[in-house]
Amino acid sequence: MSAGLEGRGLACLRGERTVFRGLDLAVPPGGALLLTGPNGAGKSTLLRLIAGLLRPAAGRLLWAGADTAEDPEAFRARLAYVGHQDAVKPAFGVAENLAFWARAGGGGDVGAALAAVGLEGLAAMPASVLSAGQRRRLSLARLALRHRDLWLLDEPAVTLDASSVARLGTLVAGHRARGGAVVVATHGDLSLPDAAALDLGRAA
Amino acid sequence: MSALATWAALVGRDVRLSLRRGGDAGTVVAFFVVVVTLFPLGVGPGAELLARIAPGVLWVAALLAATLSLERVFRSDAEDGSLDLLALLPMPLEAVVLAKVAAHWLTTGVPLVAAAPVLAILLNLPWQGFGVLVLALAMGTLSLSLTGAVGAALTLGVRRGGALLALLVLPLAVPVLIFGVAAVEAAVTGLAAGPHVAILGGILLGTAVLAPWAAAAALRLALE
Repeated sequence: MSAGLEGRGLACLRGERTVFRGLDLAVPPGGALLLTGPNGAGKSTLLRLIAGLLRPAAGRLLWAGADTAEDPEAFRARLAYVGHQDAVKPAFGVAENLAFWARAGGGGDVGAALAAVGLEGLAAMPASVLSAGQRRRLSLARLALRHRDLWLLDEPAVTLDASSVARLGTLVAGHRARGGAVVVATHGDLSLPDAAALDLGRAA
Repeated sequence: MSALATWAALVGRDVRLSLRRGGDAGTVVAFFVVVVTLFPLGVGPGAELLARIAPGVLWVAALLAATLSLERVFRSDAEDGSLDLLALLPMPLEAVVLAKVAAHWLTTGVPLVAAAPVLAILLNLPWQGFGVLVLALAMGTLSLSLTGAVGAALTLGVRRGGALLALLVLPLAVPVLIFGVAAVEAAVTGLAAGPHVAILGGILLGTAVLAPWAAAAALRLALE
């Protein structure tokens, strides 16, 4: 029984194809797991599987020793997921976009979260005027709304400029310092000190 | 933090999104008005004939108009990744479906119900039928929003699934149509509309129980 996230013998099938099988992973509180591997190796699939959007074909996923399938809602309340897509509504303002996720997710300081990704100056702008990188930052701002025990980040640094990548690094470091765990799929544009690595290209 | 507050936040967001985009509620009502006004042009302006066909015309046009907007219940959220995040909210996916249905009904069903009496005047519907028309349409459009959510979730994986969605949902709306029209006709001819309205209520309760569950199951498949 260990604290944090643990996966045992995870397997995932897509149609007839095995994406991965017999996968073990462990991320303690404050720990980081870096998912690497070529395109199609199953990084996004594994993140969606951990989030509970996909059901594993075999294996178990444990949080603090308890199977996450037993109380999926309690587990979902612990995690924050940032996928490929930004989930930004162009019809809403920048702050308005974030305010919905704050209200729906149990509160959080929208202004501080925007400042954490350097968007405080654009809070009143409509989200339709944002560039791809700014939309990405708005999507990442959801992470800063309130503490979640586990962050699942799918290529978070894509389209970000160098200073924004550095800011994301600070955000993740602060999260880990507060005892948060993080699983990141990346092609190496984000550096995480003493992170465990899982090469899905080799595991498959 | 209660799940109810999360639910209300989601309904509010969808209603605001729909109003912000403009077109949505307006398009549905405009479609309703145009279809209904085509009938006097097609069958002739005889007041008696129009009064005879008014309940059926109003109901068919309202159902078609409501179906028109069903496709976007989940599609835009699925396309920009919001649906993943909604599915990860700490509440059951069935509740997410119910919130989307509520928002859809508020932005299409309610405007349709509000427009119906005006169009009923245009079709020379006897005034005795107005009250029942509004009540029955309110219940019928809500039933359609519920069954429509199942169709919208099932056709998420289909590109431009709008026509397929209408083919799936409209046959399921037949009972609503039959009893909705019968209720209005009963009221117009002085018979008791109560039993028909009660059956509409039964249909509404049945779909309210089954549709969120079925739509959530279809969404889970679409998310995989």
